[in-house]
Amino acid sequence: MSDTPAQTVPFVRDTMLPPAPPPASQAGALRWLRENLLSGPLNIALTLLGIGAVWYLLQGIVPWLAHSVWSADNLTQCRQIITDRWGEGATGACWAVIRERWTQFLFGFYPQHLYWRPTLAFALLFVALAPVLFARVPKKLLWFSVAYPFVAFWLLWGGSLFLPLTVAAGFGLGWAAFALLHRFGTIPAVAAAVLLPVLWWLLFAGDLSRDLTGLVGREVPFWLEQVRSDKFGGFVLAITIGVAGIALSLPLGIMLALGRQSDMFLIKTLAVSFIEFIRGVPLITLLFTASLLLNYFLPPGTTFDIILRVIIMVTLFAAAYIAEVIRGGLAALPRGQYEAADALGLDYWKAQRLIILPQALKISIPGIVSTFIGMFKDTTLVVFVGLLDPLKGITDAVRASTDWKGIYWEPYIFVGAIFFIFNFAMSRYSMHLERRLKTDHRQE
Amino acid sequence: MANVPDAPKESFRLSMLLYDTRYRSLTIQVFVFMLFMAGAAWLVDNTIRNLAALGKDFNFGFLWNRAGYDISQRLVEYTNDSSHGRAMLVGLLNTLLVAFLGCLAATVIGVLVGVLRLSKNWLVGRLMTAYVELFRNIPLLLWIILIYAVFTEATPAPNAFRPNPETGIASQSMFLDAIAVTNRYTAVPNPVFSRELGWLNLGLFYVNLDVIAVIAAAVLGWWLNRMVKARATRIQNATGIRPATWWSSLLLLVGLPVAVLLGLGFHLEYPGLKGFNFVGGINVSNSFMALWLALSLYTGAFIAEIVRAGIMAISRGQSEAAFALGLRPGRTMSLVILPQALRVIIPPLISQYLNLTKNSSLAIAVGYLDLRGTLGGITLNQTGRELECVLLMMLIYLTISLLISGAMNVYNASVKLKER
Repeated sequence: MSDTPAQTVPFVRDTMLPPAPPPASQAGALRWLRENLLSGPLNIALTLLGIGAVWYLLQGIVPWLAHSVWSADNLTQCRQIITDRWGEGATGACWAVIRERWTQFLFGFYPQHLYWRPTLAFALLFVALAPVLFARVPKKLLWFSVAYPFVAFWLLWGGSLFLPLTVAAGFGLGWAAFALLHRFGTIPAVAAAVLLPVLWWLLFAGDLSRDLTGLVGREVPFWLEQVRSDKFGGFVLAITIGVAGIALSLPLGIMLALGRQSDMFLIKTLAVSFIEFIRGVPLITLLFTASLLLNYFLPPGTTFDIILRVIIMVTLFAAAYIAEVIRGGLAALPRGQYEAADALGLDYWKAQRLIILPQALKISIPGIVSTFIGMFKDTTLVVFVGLLDPLKGITDAVRASTDWKGIYWEPYIFVGAIFFIFNFAMSRYSMHLERRLKTDHRQE
Repeated sequence: MANVPDAPKESFRLSMLLYDTRYRSLTIQVFVFMLFMAGAAWLVDNTIRNLAALGKDFNFGFLWNRAGYDISQRLVEYTNDSSHGRAMLVGLLNTLLVAFLGCLAATVIGVLVGVLRLSKNWLVGRLMTAYVELFRNIPLLLWIILIYAVFTEATPAPNAFRPNPETGIASQSMFLDAIAVTNRYTAVPNPVFSRELGWLNLGLFYVNLDVIAVIAAAVLGWWLNRMVKARATRIQNATGIRPATWWSSLLLLVGLPVAVLLGLGFHLEYPGLKGFNFVGGINVSNSFMALWLALSLYTGAFIAEIVRAGIMAISRGQSEAAFALGLRPGRTMSLVILPQALRVIIPPLISQYLNLTKNSSLAIAVGYLDLRGTLGGITLNQTGRELECVLLMMLIYLTISLLISGAMNVYNASVKLKER
């Protein structure tokens, strides 16, 4: 078949042709334009519409930004400067308000000479987060992550060093009890690990901290100037509530999700009713509960910090949503994973810890992160229980001053930009994490 | 022969309650139940003691007392002589109104943006991405307040629409001669019927019979259209030829309601400047406009992502298979792609509707009197009954949420993949 006589073939090429460049319309920018902007009548119409929209937006924004004024004492002066420089009817941004008030947006009414403390706490936050977020950071740093909540509390609120120390000692005590009693069985170990710290905090911690404080006096390394919660505001408040809520709601959400999947009827009923109740009501009503109703539910005469109450409510709220996200992850796991864990003879907690949760959490990462983003955005609602959030609390205070009455774009753009940076970073990190943890090698 | 004894009958020992998996779950549940009951008893006891100490009681009698405050936007009859319960109803209807209109607008925006984001056009895709990221990453509260500030501070006063007596030209003109955005309200045309059928008394409020007639006509048209289509399918199954139904569908779905509308003398009453204000149309408060726009734009960004994900979840193979079967693009969309995409889209879509409804409680930021503004706001402050008001408010929101998610569960069950 293949031995065709050579003479029947008039011409046989025996060398490869050199590759020719593609025609001009099929290469470079021209091809890109044709494919992405002008591929058909509908596409051309869309492009024209898009250009129109961009043009309209830029026409409004560019002159406004170009006419920015950075130093002025009040809005009237600002507008005067713009009129003087660019003529009657010119509009411009008055960033002077941010320049004058940016500390208020960031720190609220935190005492000015103590700004270094929240700043340091914020910087340390990244040191504490690094070993959790990135695989390349040495794992030894995790010890600092564990200690961070106490450091941050002390830096933000100040007071005696011994208060966070004695509280932390309670956790240490619980851990030590668990480690010591573990060989006698799980149940006594867990019981001791729960009861001992509670007894410690209730009976000894307060007195010990007071005694130690009395012993060393209010000296610098052991005492920082106290800052009351009503001085908190701006992004210090938003980030405090957001970070605390994120850190606390994830474990609680996992517990709730496991409770909802449980075989035990009572546990399941309690978890389901809690989750459905929290998800069924707006966050505002829960915050009102925190500010108005907790006085009814707690023993007469108890009062505790409003920021702490809000953190508790925000945590419960986010935990219910996270529980639903993780439940989706648990449900997406094939039945075989559960059965394999059982077949290996793992008990419930080991199976969850080693087999089920690592896979379920990986599936739920996007949902969990978007819950966190939602929660960070929702920290702005604390303004309705009298806290000074950066968005309405501080901005209203600025807009109410006689100097800056009538300004609205600039402060909202400033606050919105900061929120955008935080949330966008979070969503990009979740995409990075998804890629890092991807174990299937499917071709896209 | 070795004597093999039976396995000894295990007698019940107390330690089995902890170590035997058969009994352990019971132990844990009893323990949790006791903890739960103790906690609940502690809370109730505290509440009773606190109420006693404050000299208050727990009853909802205040709902029948005179409210004494005005609500500018009301869908049902209400004066400041009405009761707190009536104010609550007005607030609830305001919540439902803004939630309903918000869901409508958010769906339109979301579907449009979601589809455009998938378009091959680079510029439009980028613009839509910018919109989605901007709205998803910035708190809703900011959008509400910002839009409200723009409405109240950047729009002209109603006076600016009055023509200058010398030149005869007003400094502002109305949009399409029908809509005027002012710094106090937005004047829009008022839909009216010139032939009044009267009002139906539903006990709590009155309902316009004209509106009911139009809705009934639309439902009737939809039902008749279904019958026509079923008949066409029967004929197609019997003979293989499907009779054309488009004209009867058009007539039934559009023609019937329009005929009823025209028959009842439906027309728009345009707002006009009289004195210092617009009269004739409806003056929609700026707080409503800001809340509605912000809710729609914010939720629209989320819905866009849901729509995009839903469409992308249908693999190309599905549309290729449909083309291979000889289906035209329109039928491919309606018979193959959409039914599958909707199964992915609808559940998260409904949960966005739920979020929108709950987020409408942010009306507090602009002073729109919704359920939270009436029952959880003025009524609460006037009567000082925090416990009753907040609990009742939570209960109402919870009922709305459970109703919507119950409807969603029914839908989910009906479209679930029927496997094995």
